[in-house]
Amino acid sequence: MNGAKAILKALEMQGVEIIFGHPGGTIMPTYDALYDSPIRHVLVRHEQGGIHAATGYARASGRVGVVMATSGPGALNLVTGLQDALMDSTPVVAITGNVPQHLIGTDAFQEADVVGITQPVTKHNMQVRNVNDIPRAIAEAFYIASTGRPGPVLLDFPKDVQLAEFTGSFDVEIDLPGYKPTYKGHPRQIERALEALNRAERPVLMIGGGAQHASAEVTELALKTGLPVIPTLMGLGAFPGTHPQCLGMPGMHGSVAANRAIQYADTILAIGLRFDDRVTGKISRFAPNAHTVIHVDIDPAEIGKLVKTSIPVVGDAKWVAAELVKGAKRLNLGKWWAQLEEWKTKYPFTWKPKPYLQSQEVIQAFWEATGGRAVVTAGVGQHQMFTAQFFKFDRPRTWINSGGLGTMGVGLPFAIGAALARPDELVIDFDGDGSFQMTLQELATLKKLNLNVKIVILNNGFLGMVRQWQDLFHARRYSEVYLADSNPDFAKLAEAYGIPGFTLTDKGRLQETVKEVLAQPGPVLLEARVHHEEGVFPMIPSGGAAEDMIIENPREAVAGD
Amino acid sequence: MRHLVSVLVQDHPGVLQRVAGLIARRGFNIESLAVGRTHQEGLSRISLVVSGDDAVLEQVEKQLNRLIEVIKVTDHAEPHVERELALVKVSIAGMEERMEVKDIAEAFRARIVDVAKRSIIFELTGDSTKVNNFIEAMRPYGLLEVMRTGAVGMSRGEQVLKVREKKAV
Repeated sequence: MNGAKAILKALEMQGVEIIFGHPGGTIMPTYDALYDSPIRHVLVRHEQGGIHAATGYARASGRVGVVMATSGPGALNLVTGLQDALMDSTPVVAITGNVPQHLIGTDAFQEADVVGITQPVTKHNMQVRNVNDIPRAIAEAFYIASTGRPGPVLLDFPKDVQLAEFTGSFDVEIDLPGYKPTYKGHPRQIERALEALNRAERPVLMIGGGAQHASAEVTELALKTGLPVIPTLMGLGAFPGTHPQCLGMPGMHGSVAANRAIQYADTILAIGLRFDDRVTGKISRFAPNAHTVIHVDIDPAEIGKLVKTSIPVVGDAKWVAAELVKGAKRLNLGKWWAQLEEWKTKYPFTWKPKPYLQSQEVIQAFWEATGGRAVVTAGVGQHQMFTAQFFKFDRPRTWINSGGLGTMGVGLPFAIGAALARPDELVIDFDGDGSFQMTLQELATLKKLNLNVKIVILNNGFLGMVRQWQDLFHARRYSEVYLADSNPDFAKLAEAYGIPGFTLTDKGRLQETVKEVLAQPGPVLLEARVHHEEGVFPMIPSGGAAEDMIIENPREAVAGD
Repeated sequence: MRHLVSVLVQDHPGVLQRVAGLIARRGFNIESLAVGRTHQEGLSRISLVVSGDDAVLEQVEKQLNRLIEVIKVTDHAEPHVERELALVKVSIAGMEERMEVKDIAEAFRARIVDVAKRSIIFELTGDSTKVNNFIEAMRPYGLLEVMRTGAVGMSRGEQVLKVREKKAV
């Protein structure tokens, strides 16, 4: 057995069923071994599509996503996706080939310092230089990627290592003296957290991406205590979005109720989130009335990084939430809830109906037509925020988007990965005309796999979010955001790949078009031509705080609409 | 505020780059970094001098701990020994000056390791303040070259930086 076969056997032993990848010179021995392997390979059209698909797969399933690429350009095309997975704490293992060891450092063909370049964008990475180290390296990579705070791990295999005769053992022990994640929160801190909750008059429960796997526990905690729940963009679905206790997401485009609740809260229980600046706004003005912040996170470095924490709990959200449930009591929050209800009722996410087709109503229509039973992905921009606002996520791992890095183009590859992870689910990719064009080559992958993915392009002919900022903060100087003059006919583009394409322009045909799209088996692309003047509101301008929230589009207020 | 931090790491290729890279990209200010092997095979030890308030120091320690190959991090807030070695080449114009710099060196307990017609190299060991003071004392005579190792440190007494006992995850 050579190193390449050992790589695949070790991957098999980790339970890997699918690898997303693209072959090339230095990874060819492993592709040759793949020819006889039971592991399924999904051939993507660009390595970036591969890593995003692996990320989508991981996020939808909770398992480790695997991507494979060749040296140099192949591996470097993974960089954006690795950072995306790092920032959104997604377990991914990337396998890359490299030039043979005798050529390393000689500027060989397709050589790049991949371990050096990917060091800041991975949880861990390493080059495997001895063929007999393969089983241990792969076991450690999966262990590191999937435990503690999950993240991407890259393993680089010089070609000669893949070709060398393997004489080692697959019976390996993981020995990582510097890596011991803490799962069980400190009992005294948990006790203090419960005491603080019992004393609180205006508490809120904030949950983030780190609570997705702890959905049952945080939901139970919320139901038992009666706490208002604020899921961040990454936490959507970990608590049912349609539940009356859900205030919606906080932050830059969050709900008035969520942002005001944080602004007036005296106690914040934050589970599995990292107080991103898009959530907090100006940090010095964040939650000014919260005398107690309880922060539960498996990564000790997140606690106290940005927000002063009075009760730190280092531990796994699932474990800690279950402990909190045990000691929790029904809280007496009548007065607080009266205030929250008022904000919820007065300021729901909404839009002013116009004669033309609007993104918000398209998303709402899909949500209604599916009853919310779908796994949803998005690119990055206005359409992403509209989806977060108007598609109510009731189940964990059903909303897969790029929260931390804000990577345009993730929608389609995320959807491919998610559809492979959860073949029984309908997958909808709400995309933007700008975002979609960054990775549209994966239409070929989608067609080949014939997955149940419905792509809904909310085409406003602009880089809408940039345009919105230009509108509000750059005196309407629309610098380099116009796409409509050179956008393709998206339905025809889909047809060119053999995927049924629909175009919707008429508001009156929305409902029937949604039905038509959903009735079609397999992949479908719908281009919904929406108006470019729509903005995402509410909005807290960058660097502002909850009290600076712009609730309605000021342009519409000026127009007296 | 200045902090001396010791970091016990696995002696893997690229581990120094990992530590240095982390410090650079998180925007921490370091005055010096020194690294060397320990008595245990596979383990190296890094000494960092970091400036910043307590919150910065806490982040430095926590972020370093996130690196898989970092086994243990300690801030030497407790009684500890700090030493730095410096080689200082001073220019010598004449006999009178030669005597003066030798007197100064003696006061600092610096050793002469090289003597030439127009220069002397001194070797000095001490904490960083002492090294700073020596360099300033020599400055009027003309400093030709200065090479400092950066501070290294160790806790006094029985407290040691070591691999944690294995515990069940």
